[in-house]
Amino acid sequence: MSKKRIATVSLAGCFGCHTSFLDIDERLIDLLQLVEFDRSPLNDLKRFTRRCDIGLIEGGCCNEENVHTLQAFRRNCDILVAMGQCAIMGGLPVMRNAIMHSADPLRECLETAYQHSERVYNPSNQIPNDPALPLVLDKVYCLTDVVQIDYQIPGCPPSAETLWQFLSALVTGQPLALEYQQVKYD
Amino acid sequence: MPKTRVVEIEPVTRVEGHGRITVHLDEQNQVDEARLHIVEFRGFERFILGRPLWEVPVVVQRLCGICPVSHHLAAAKAMDRIMGVRKIPPTAEKMRRLMHYGQMIQSHVLHFFHLCSPDLLFGFDAPAAERNIFRVIETNPELARQGVLMRKFGQRLIEVTAGKKIHGTGAVPGGINKNLSIGERDGLLAELPQMLQWARGAVQIAQDYVTEHRALAESFASFNSSHLSLVREDGALELYDGQLRAIDASGNIIFDQVDNQDFNDYLMEEVRPWSYMKFPFIKRRGPIDGWYRVGPLSRLNCAGFIDTPEADQAHQAFKAFTGGQPNPMSLAYHWARMIEVLHCVEKVERLLHDPDLQGTDLIAQGERQEEGIGIIEAPRGTLFHHYKVDEQGLVTFCNLIVSTTNNNEAMNRAVTQVAKSHLSGQAKISEAMLNHLEVAVRAYDPCLSCATHALGQMPLAVELYDAAGGLVEQRVKA
Repeated sequence: MSKKRIATVSLAGCFGCHTSFLDIDERLIDLLQLVEFDRSPLNDLKRFTRRCDIGLIEGGCCNEENVHTLQAFRRNCDILVAMGQCAIMGGLPVMRNAIMHSADPLRECLETAYQHSERVYNPSNQIPNDPALPLVLDKVYCLTDVVQIDYQIPGCPPSAETLWQFLSALVTGQPLALEYQQVKYD
Repeated sequence: MPKTRVVEIEPVTRVEGHGRITVHLDEQNQVDEARLHIVEFRGFERFILGRPLWEVPVVVQRLCGICPVSHHLAAAKAMDRIMGVRKIPPTAEKMRRLMHYGQMIQSHVLHFFHLCSPDLLFGFDAPAAERNIFRVIETNPELARQGVLMRKFGQRLIEVTAGKKIHGTGAVPGGINKNLSIGERDGLLAELPQMLQWARGAVQIAQDYVTEHRALAESFASFNSSHLSLVREDGALELYDGQLRAIDASGNIIFDQVDNQDFNDYLMEEVRPWSYMKFPFIKRRGPIDGWYRVGPLSRLNCAGFIDTPEADQAHQAFKAFTGGQPNPMSLAYHWARMIEVLHCVEKVERLLHDPDLQGTDLIAQGERQEEGIGIIEAPRGTLFHHYKVDEQGLVTFCNLIVSTTNNNEAMNRAVTQVAKSHLSGQAKISEAMLNHLEVAVRAYDPCLSCATHALGQMPLAVELYDAAGGLVEQRVKA
């Protein structure tokens, strides 16, 4: 059996889903018998090198770059997996979408961080805006707002056990039977 | 306007989070400047306002999945203050310490073995396809296995103290929500001798690397700077509590034994337009000269000694390496990091034998205060959490200085220095040359997912399409 090719990325996430994936511990060694990795923050492949069977995506979209990366994953992967709560519904970052009594939540977030503080030294009173910085989106979007997603794995983060069972089933073509307790937000 | 070329590394890999490096070269291919841009913005300090204080230690962890315990505990320490609790019960403090040492172990090991070891084992010039943990598993299976199992031990410590390996709930304002069962304790104790042995081995690997590559370490992203960390009252290394100490490049004290609640009198953050991450500085020295470093290197430079025997011995060797002067080398971060792992394993051993961990007095009460600051030495350096809460218990103010943010200027200097020495004058820039810049950044083990808290002037359209191809959203940068 040829190895399945997997790509992973963290968009607007905290890296916790990738960390949880590493919590499969010794099974990482077993996994390498079944899969090989294409682009991932865990290696130094920064772009797709060829078509992949599976794309694992952590995090939603909070800037234009996230959107472009997500679209590249959709173009280059047969199966896309939304891994964890941020990818599924926005997670913690989505809290900036709805700030009570605020007409422009993003503006308020930027002003709080960079302008309205006696603890900040900002003589020109500017918000970071260099061309090297990607455009922040007006709202945080979850993955299904942007592309079609094939599987969603709930959890903040999904446990290593859940990720392991899911990946094993997907890679070997076996049916997936997750315990009831494993399918949960937290 | 002279023509310049821009070389870009995007994304920076084998670090936690999202960053981009740009190098600007002039017509003679000389490096003009190099920058590490932090490209993500969250807005946590604003959207946490109005949330109940009990939520904060649980929610704030979601800024970072690699060092969630640090945020969890820094927030809990701030909320202890707000609950009017100066001293949490001994069981609570020791459980939190156990959690914190577990976090140090797993995070440091993850960085050294899973992320950085390919650079140290295969060389900075190794082909990109080789530079990853999967290749380490193939070529050095025993070393990789040790890394994996040491990290597993650290994660287990977090699991038994916080209830969950990532984003747990153990620390609550005023204390902790569980103690350690005898079964949990004994399971961990059984693994300790092996962990101690491996931690000693890891210190040796890192020490040998820096010693054998001394010329490289002294020339590669090595520069003078001030250093900041918490220390104990007697000057010992202290990771969970303590007071602030800053030293200059020669080891002279800038300030010492500064109370956590007063940190705002000493530090400030500068905003620069090309990064979402701010640039902290020591107020007294101003925004130009006031920058400093934090993290394992700075902690070992600031600390007079370590209160566990084996790590202290390693610390003495570390200090002797630079003749007692503060060590300026970015690559020495790896060595310092592994000495801290050894220290944490020794600390865990002591704690596990302490019957207080089975105590039942878990939460202290006090008189509610409006304001609280919690500071902790996270794996990547000093972490500051500052909150105000109204009488309904809702957050009215939040300011965080995340560990990696303190190293912002240092990382940019490291990148610039390495770019000037490795890229200047090169008409063709190879992938291996670029990896050198990332190696310099990686030495700091930056956690870019939590280091960020705009809208520029260039017209740029972003279009969001739904799964069926219909336009959902169009946004133009004005």
